[in-house]
Amino acid sequence: MSESATITSGGGLADPAARRSLMADVDRTPGSAKPDAILSVDTITRQFGGVTAVNVEHLEVQRGIITALIGPNGAGKTTFFNLITGFDKPTSAGKGARWSFNGKELGRTSASSVAKSGMVRTFQLTKSLNRMTVMDNMMLGAQGQSGERLTASMFRPLWRGQEGQVSEKALGLLERFKLLEKKDDYAGSLSGGQRKLLEMARALMTDPTMIMLDEPMAGVNPALTQSLLGHVQSLRDDGMTVLFVEHDMHVVRHISDWVVVMAEGRVVAEGPADTVMSDPAVVDAYLGAHHDTDLGDDALLEDDSLEREAAAEEHQREEEGQ
Amino acid sequence: MDQIFAILNATVSEAIAPATAGVAIAVIGLNLHFGFTGLLNIGQAGFMLLGAYGMAISVVQGVPMFFAVLIGLGLAILFATILGAPTLKLRGDYLAIVTISAAEIIRYVGRLAQFEKCEWSWCKKGTDFTGGSQGITSSTFTTPFKSISFFGDGAWTLSPFNYTSLGGSTAVRVLGLLVFLALVVGTVFFVRARRAAAARSWTDRLVVAVLVVLSVATLLFVFPQTMSRTQTDGWWVRAVAWTLVAVSTIVVLLLVRSPWGRLLRGIREDEEAMRSLGKNVFAVKMQALIIGGLFGALGGMVYVLASSVQADSLGRQITFFAYTALLIGGAASIFGPVLGTVIFYSARILIREAARTYVPNSILSDNQAQAFSFVVVGVILMLIVIFRPQGILGNKRELRFHV
Ligand SMILES: Nc1ncnc2c1ncn2[C@@H]1O[C@H](COP(=O)(O)OP(=O)(O)OP(=O)(O)O)[C@@H](O)[C@H]1O
Ligand SMILES: [Mg+2]
Repeated sequence: MSESATITSGGGLADPAARRSLMADVDRTPGSAKPDAILSVDTITRQFGGVTAVNVEHLEVQRGIITALIGPNGAGKTTFFNLITGFDKPTSAGKGARWSFNGKELGRTSASSVAKSGMVRTFQLTKSLNRMTVMDNMMLGAQGQSGERLTASMFRPLWRGQEGQVSEKALGLLERFKLLEKKDDYAGSLSGGQRKLLEMARALMTDPTMIMLDEPMAGVNPALTQSLLGHVQSLRDDGMTVLFVEHDMHVVRHISDWVVVMAEGRVVAEGPADTVMSDPAVVDAYLGAHHDTDLGDDALLEDDSLEREAAAEEHQREEEGQ
Repeated sequence: MDQIFAILNATVSEAIAPATAGVAIAVIGLNLHFGFTGLLNIGQAGFMLLGAYGMAISVVQGVPMFFAVLIGLGLAILFATILGAPTLKLRGDYLAIVTISAAEIIRYVGRLAQFEKCEWSWCKKGTDFTGGSQGITSSTFTTPFKSISFFGDGAWTLSPFNYTSLGGSTAVRVLGLLVFLALVVGTVFFVRARRAAAARSWTDRLVVAVLVVLSVATLLFVFPQTMSRTQTDGWWVRAVAWTLVAVSTIVVLLLVRSPWGRLLRGIREDEEAMRSLGKNVFAVKMQALIIGGLFGALGGMVYVLASSVQADSLGRQITFFAYTALLIGGAASIFGPVLGTVIFYSARILIREAARTYVPNSILSDNQAQAFSFVVVGVILMLIVIFRPQGILGNKRELRFHV
């Protein structure tokens, strides 16, 4: 069914209707099978002492669309990212833990090999290379640089051409991310939001097949968020798969084609953004008393509205108890 | 006045000594470890000692000079691999612990009486092996090195054109000294002014190079050094030693200005970020450890050429000297290691000689003067770390974002 969309958009799913029809037949249950999963995860658990941070039975991520991973604080989203990108080892390693990306098993793969195979992540707490310039940060993202081989590094002519191409690409991305004027500044001199942008731009320098963003828009001003969301969408339209963690429901609703909800380490629900919010499991585990309010609703920020909701739930519980 | 000139003459002589050059090369390697990659190697003296033993023992056993040097370098590669394999995947502190212990082990093994003489079938029986705590005297292993000299025999004075050519009066020397000071001050101001300007051009670099060469020439004009051309501790050793310093500096310059050098700095800043970008952090750290260690071994060979291979002369102390020199010159700078080493070694001699000359023996004996020079150097190091933490040539801007 995605065939026609694939042909017209050069590998991507640019047509919203095509994406909708692609995901229409997918079960809205946790761990449902996808028509063309790029990432598939089985029995991954991670315990920190007594705390089970992640306990995922099965999860598939569809290729070529934007999937949002949401869940309350401490749900295990970041830990899940760490596990599948090789930055952490599952407690269940060797006991059925298995995950594959693009048809390749990743259970024993190091973090750098995971990135090389095309799955690149950013960090919730940004990791900018402080005592290097913004430009150098960007240049490090490029893959397959011949000048990074020790034997070739001393001979400039061997890598000068490639260096030029890479820096052109870096400048283009910096322009897009509004960091062009900062290119010769040290990354350590950037503001928190600018570091988020730099990290995302740097990840894009790797030309990933799938990009995993951990709260990319946290601390980025609304106007720039708008433009970056547009950029993420155009990446998707060019065929990139995006998985991102985000707390801002407006953002989630605006760009995601599919939403996965985690709570207490488990995947509790899956579905398109507009329907998943009303899933009872989500209401229970994540939205709590606010299930019939819009999570992006400003009124929610007013104290008395929260109190009213809480009171309503209390009341309801009492009634159920009787 | 003559006393002052004698003190300064000793200082200049120390500044160009082969041992200074040897340490400078080791510091260049240490800069690659610590300054660029953030590897805390506290066993650089171990690399030096291994290189020195490797070369000296091989020569004594009849291996041609060229291969003897390769053996010394090969040992450094082996040493780096053995130390790096278990530790480079762990936190940085582990490398520090392992390097300092391994360097000490090498020193103690070198001192063992069991290894003093060769008593095995695979080497020439009865010849010196490590020479135990006495070490291997240079006369037993430097013959092939001297035999490739093309400097001829006899003594020679550098610079041939010196204050004696102009009558040899004290006034000429004082004038020369003033010119030297003016040149140094001029260089400093020029470099500072150019640093403030954004881009540095080739003409700027040329000017700095000319100023530096002129300063050195003036110094040798005021304090001409007379030495044998080829014999032990003569010009031949110095020429080779300082050529190797120049070559090492250029090699490091080429390395760190390349994409590979960018990897090193990235690893220094954040290994996890580098992994997330698909870089093989372990492999790059290993490469850096090996290359820095090779410079250490080369420095060790140069260090012993004019003296002897003696385990205790390349102990922990040298590693700490090397760090001091690196911090004085400026970590992660290109010329910092050489400048820092020259300043460190000559400042020490300057203080020692001054203390010997002007402080009566009843207050400070010669040995105490030696110890006193270390104390002063230590104080200078503290002052530098407090008031100029980036060192002389380091980048202040970089330091502002300390992690
Ligand atoms: N290194 C660790 N040691 C101990 N506990 C940890 C560690 N890392 C995470 N946890 C625990 O695992 C749980 C999940 O944490 P995680 O960071 O994955 O949450 P998250 O879903 O990303 O939350 P947020 O939305 O706030 O970023 C938390 O309860 C946390 O306390
Ligand atoms: Mg998180």
